[in-house]
Amino acid sequence: MSGFLALLRRDLMLAVREGSALGTALGFYLMVVAMLPLGLGPDLKLLSRIAPGVLWIALLLAALLSLPRMFEADHEDGSLEVMATAPLPLELAVAAKALAHWISTGIPLALMAPILGLMLNLELALTPALVATMLAGTPAVSFLGSIGAALTLKARRGGLLLALLVLPLYVPTLIFGISTIGFASVGQDGFAASLLVLMAVSVASIAVAPVAAAAALRLQVS
Amino acid sequence: MSPMQTLTQRLANPTRFMAFSGAILPWMAVASALLIAYAMYLVFFVAPPDYQQGETVKIMYIHVPSAWLALGGYAIIALSSFGLLVFRHPLADVSAKAAAPIGAAFTLAALITGALWGKPMWGTYWVWDARLTSMLMLFFLYLGLIALRSSLEDEALASKLTAVLALVGVSILPIIKFSVDWWNTLHQPSTGFTSSVDASMRTPLLISAAGFLLLFIALHLKAMQNEIMRRRVKAMRVAEVERGDRLMSAGAE
Amino acid sequence: MDLGPHAAFIWASYGAFVLILALLVGWIWLDGRRQARALADADRRGGRRRSSGAAEGSP
Repeated sequence: MSGFLALLRRDLMLAVREGSALGTALGFYLMVVAMLPLGLGPDLKLLSRIAPGVLWIALLLAALLSLPRMFEADHEDGSLEVMATAPLPLELAVAAKALAHWISTGIPLALMAPILGLMLNLELALTPALVATMLAGTPAVSFLGSIGAALTLKARRGGLLLALLVLPLYVPTLIFGISTIGFASVGQDGFAASLLVLMAVSVASIAVAPVAAAAALRLQVS
Repeated sequence: MSPMQTLTQRLANPTRFMAFSGAILPWMAVASALLIAYAMYLVFFVAPPDYQQGETVKIMYIHVPSAWLALGGYAIIALSSFGLLVFRHPLADVSAKAAAPIGAAFTLAALITGALWGKPMWGTYWVWDARLTSMLMLFFLYLGLIALRSSLEDEALASKLTAVLALVGVSILPIIKFSVDWWNTLHQPSTGFTSSVDASMRTPLLISAAGFLLLFIALHLKAMQNEIMRRRVKAMRVAEVERGDRLMSAGAE
Repeated sequence: MDLGPHAAFIWASYGAFVLILALLVGWIWLDGRRQARALADADRRGGRRRSSGAAEGSP
């Protein structure tokens, strides 16, 4: 347990010190959302209707930007090998790193969403639902992303390949994230159930992704 | 031991596999051609038009088998990946690598025929119905496998990482399918045409499916043979270079 | 053969299907020939080396 927490703290401190990674992700998020009305036209009614979808997809893309870094630095300086042979199981080490990614990147992106929603004329009443779904769904983004990061560690064009591999994995999260917001806006009963499914997907990712990612890492750390 | 286990064990030797596959391939090719020909005869000269869709139902006879084979191909890859990672079966990776382009091709065929079927049915070429959208996701999973393998130079590493990806994909595929189905019912009250197939249509469909299944297996076996040959050539070239190096360094002394 | 008002779609579907399969089968078959040729080549070269015994020079 202490090993897990130590690794978590270390990664969080590294993230804080290297604020540029988060800055880039947030900046990218802002820019993509800003470009959209330029591409679609300033019709506020249209924008307000597509706002939840746009915010979710742009968040996924911004998160993808930050994922390759998850194991890169440790791989380069040899700490990954140490983690693989350390007493702490590699699965837990991966989980700690993914959790750190969620805290340092996922949560900020999720919290920034409602601000960007203003640019898209998102209904203000939907803000709580938006933030709730994003906080519930971003763990899946980080944990499923760790699988992609592990698989593409040594691959050519790793970042692009990571996006290709990981986007299909994000489909359930995206679908349930959007639907939950949809239920909130129409005021139907499905909101709670949909949110629970979204959380279930995240929980499942937290449970399963570290196994796959650790397996992939072990194959590459000689 | 189960017959399947002993079969895979006996075929684990590449040379024996080449002999075995070489022997049955011609028969499979002929059988598949005959079945496909018979199915097409039934489709175009015997099977009736659909009550609701008219003649466009004929597209079903190639779209549905393609979709089944798209899924079947991924199942083969998943099984092979399992065989590689858990049992270290010597031909497991060859099987997985060979199946990917074939499965991807049938997935693409399912997508295109599905879209062309959708246009007369629903008015637009691309419809985000549950089936087509899930097929599209499956296509992305195939592309991911092929892309990952081709982006790694170390073939042994590529085989194992691709296997991990395939198992991740097969685990998440039901969840993707479920979520897409659910999303679809939210947005499209069922526009689905009759999912029950009339008896007069079932026979040509099954024969068509059987014919294309045999084709898939034949192509898979042949592609496996190609891969085994490719690896042999590569090993021989490596040995050749090493021999040359040794002779050169011997000559230099 | 009258395939109704949407005949073009039926022909297009079958056409696309046949094209995809033709490309697939063609590629696998051609690749087979290429590999068989390369294998025969490598076999021959390996045999020559072994029988000649002496160093066959540099690459």
